[in-house]
Amino acid sequence: MTQLGNDEILKAVNLKKYFRIGKDKKGPIFVRAVDGVNFSIKYGETLGLVGESGSGKSTIAYTVVGMYRPTSGQILFKGQNIGMEAVRRPLSLKKEIQIVFQDPSSSLNPEQTVEQILSLPLRLHTRTPKRQFKEKMVELLEKVELPSDYLYKLPLSIGGGEKQMVAIARALASNPSLIVLDEPTSALDVSIQAKVINKLMNLQKELNLTYLFITHDLSLERNVASRIVIMYLGKICEVADAATFFEKPLHPYTQMLISSVPVITEEEEKLKPKKIVSIGEIGSPVNPPSGCSFHPRCPYRMPICSEVDPEMIEVSPGHIVRCHLFSRPEKTDSKGV
Amino acid sequence: MRNLSGGQSNSPIAVNLARPKSLFWTNLGRNWYKFSRNPLSIIGLVIVLVIIISAIFAPWIAPYPEQAGPFVDFENAGQPPSLQHLCGTDNMGRDIFSRIVFAFRGALIMAIVVLALAVPPGVLLGLIAGYFQGGWIDTVIMRITDIFLAVPPLILALAVASVLEPNLMNAMIAVTLMWWPWYTRLLYGTASSIKNEYFVIAAELTGAGKFHIIFREILPNCLSPIFTKIALDVGWVILIGASLSFVGLGQQPPTPALGQMVSDGARYMPIFWWMTIFPALAIVLILLGFNLMGDGIRDMLERGMG
Amino acid sequence: METKENILLNIKNLHVWYRVYGGYLKVLNGVNLIVREGERVGLVGEAGCGKTTTMKSILQILPPGDFLIPKGEIYYKGKDILKMNFSEIQRLRSKEIAMIFQDPTAALNPVFTIGTQIGDVIKYSIALEEKKVYKEKLKILSARALKEAYLPDPERMLVNYPFQLSGGMRQRTCIAMAISSSRNLLIADEPGTSLDVTIQDQILHLLKEIVEKMGASIILITHSLGVAREMTDRIYVMYAGTIVETALTKDLFKNPVHPYTKGLLASVPKLSGGGIARGIPGRIPDYLNPPQGCRFQPRCEHSTSSCAENPPQFFEVEEGHLVACYLAQR
Repeated sequence: MTQLGNDEILKAVNLKKYFRIGKDKKGPIFVRAVDGVNFSIKYGETLGLVGESGSGKSTIAYTVVGMYRPTSGQILFKGQNIGMEAVRRPLSLKKEIQIVFQDPSSSLNPEQTVEQILSLPLRLHTRTPKRQFKEKMVELLEKVELPSDYLYKLPLSIGGGEKQMVAIARALASNPSLIVLDEPTSALDVSIQAKVINKLMNLQKELNLTYLFITHDLSLERNVASRIVIMYLGKICEVADAATFFEKPLHPYTQMLISSVPVITEEEEKLKPKKIVSIGEIGSPVNPPSGCSFHPRCPYRMPICSEVDPEMIEVSPGHIVRCHLFSRPEKTDSKGV
Repeated sequence: MRNLSGGQSNSPIAVNLARPKSLFWTNLGRNWYKFSRNPLSIIGLVIVLVIIISAIFAPWIAPYPEQAGPFVDFENAGQPPSLQHLCGTDNMGRDIFSRIVFAFRGALIMAIVVLALAVPPGVLLGLIAGYFQGGWIDTVIMRITDIFLAVPPLILALAVASVLEPNLMNAMIAVTLMWWPWYTRLLYGTASSIKNEYFVIAAELTGAGKFHIIFREILPNCLSPIFTKIALDVGWVILIGASLSFVGLGQQPPTPALGQMVSDGARYMPIFWWMTIFPALAIVLILLGFNLMGDGIRDMLERGMG
Repeated sequence: METKENILLNIKNLHVWYRVYGGYLKVLNGVNLIVREGERVGLVGEAGCGKTTTMKSILQILPPGDFLIPKGEIYYKGKDILKMNFSEIQRLRSKEIAMIFQDPTAALNPVFTIGTQIGDVIKYSIALEEKKVYKEKLKILSARALKEAYLPDPERMLVNYPFQLSGGMRQRTCIAMAISSSRNLLIADEPGTSLDVTIQDQILHLLKEIVEKMGASIILITHSLGVAREMTDRIYVMYAGTIVETALTKDLFKNPVHPYTKGLLASVPKLSGGGIARGIPGRIPDYLNPPQGCRFQPRCEHSTSSCAENPPQFFEVEEGHLVACYLAQR
């Protein structure tokens, strides 16, 4: 019987999402986008989800929000099982969980003014009477520091960062508890990203929001997330709080990823693990390698790695790794092995 | 209240939020710029305006308005083009230029009525089929559409028009029946691709109903191709109408119709060439004008730079 | 410091305007940029700053009819590109300067095999000198180029289509095409941006190696300061169509002077934590009616009224470190 801890707003239990893409002689072929994932998010925290393409991070986001139905496993939100598509979810649930997509040019209807965009969630999820709509919308715009005359603008006359602010205002309109942010600043310039991220962090404190923050930019995640989950080919490799994740990364993939981040100060250089230039291509989620899916690219691979998929081991409180290097009784520090 | 650039705006909400006039008119200058990038579009627009004005003010523009009705003057029959009769006279002595100008009326009326009747149902069916793509609704709608499209258009129109009494009204009904499926096809493609856009998904995820999704999210994004197609279709509807009146279905004499004039004059070719050629040129002119203008409208409605 | 001897590319006071409704977008407002032989130069700027326009001007691939170059010259090996005739430009494009575009998927034609596409590049570059190229020779040269870019199994790769390749492999193919005939200058537009970070890392290392091996120069266009820091010897920082600062890479990061550079560096999230600065207030100027003086002035917290009157000239703060800012002169 899976239960939520008192402080957990969301919990995923052995979550799997496979997409069927055809079949061959042996049977149906699946893309194993999410392949048995366990994590939880505490109230008020920002859980960072990082990974490259094929890791499954976006699939998890979309499943949480209701774009996909899990193939198996559970997602619990405030105690309720929400493992179903959005159309089947009650309106009260849709109000609680909102999403901000990566590209505001495609997540805002180019033929709708900001007023029309914001009126949908206000109409559906709040009891605001029609005549107070404008007031409410101006309030929302103020929260994201946009002037009120933006109400009548179309997305094409608004800059990228401001469009994303509109998308955030739209997410806030329903007074949600959890906001999923799927690469919210990847399409933005660095100086605009700074503005948007600062705003998001302030809003989180002000409105007591919980964030599931997905990005491939590790430096960004370092400054945004309180805890970080890193994924590869549908499985979690490591979970740790932000500081530990970067100061003591254990999983070879984590180390590889951190070592390839381009940084701009000496201080950061010293923080990076020894440089591991990755070998080969990212694996395919259709036909993942046997055993530990990372083994073909791993500089520390051992014979057991191609045979058996490692278990998740809690190396220290809150720090979980899925790697045979840590499955042995004596724990070795993988840095510089 | 502060805005992003740090300025202060302290006007009360009521004043600040006066809704600006419809965006089409505020953007008129920019829209005209986009339209007029290609000088041919302007030529098309001029031709179309000339045709429309001629049609509306026919009694004042035509030199011999009475000759566009029941009129005979066999003494003047078969006159070649001259200063008194710019396009000559036909076999009954009627001024061909005046008849052409009056024939514009029937042509434009047919185009307006046919499109007004065919576009809404076509668009509606296409939207619904596109949104429910993959389901039984899609199959039913699109296969019915396929059936209408499979019949050669002119034959369908002829069949319908010949079963019913030949007059303008029934010709319009016939053409409407063969016209709506093109809009269904157009919207089916457009709607089914738009429904996968993130802004539609965002609306669905937040709980918008199907009506809202189809008419408030998807349809506004389909308007450009629809209006472009309407502009281009005017010419083609008129052509089909002319084909019908060429074989005697449609506008009945003595009311002038372009196709009928072409057919009447054909048997006097090649000596009395003007009886056929000028009405035929009029048809070409209409098509040319609406096609060129339609291209300009497409340029205007396209989302791009500038 | 400009030693005249080994300057390969010299962009002088380049102004480029685009024709739109309402007038002209005065995008480039006097760009000055120099690349010497064997140098790795970074051009850093955010979206809309004009870096792509600058690059397109070098190769003369701006949209025809819609642009205007009212002032400026681009000297390549001493000759002004803007005054070259078509055959000279063709020669320039196939033998001297190569561009590696940002999105490898869009840069490759989906309906032709890799072999055909890279073969075409080689064929046209050789055809300028010899009359004909034999198929067999073309195949060998193509496979060799792919091998230089570390593509696995080059012979078999020749018959593959772009859709059969991963993003990283497509980018390598584009790089192979760029280096298939010896070049003196490569222009890489945000290489690897659309790819995953570990693959981008591989691509950047490949570029580094190739440039060293070939002895070529490279202009690396990027919005990522981290990439510029790792990959370049000298950096130009661009804002709203002007170069605001240029220095040796190590000097720029140690001692940034221009307020925009400083703001940019502060906005980059650090791996060591510590939060992110507030960013830079305001937005990029309207190119239709750009500011008369310094284009950064409306957003600058140190600006004075004199900043708005005339655009600032370059001022040398230390050797090789130039800043276009009145502040630097004080």
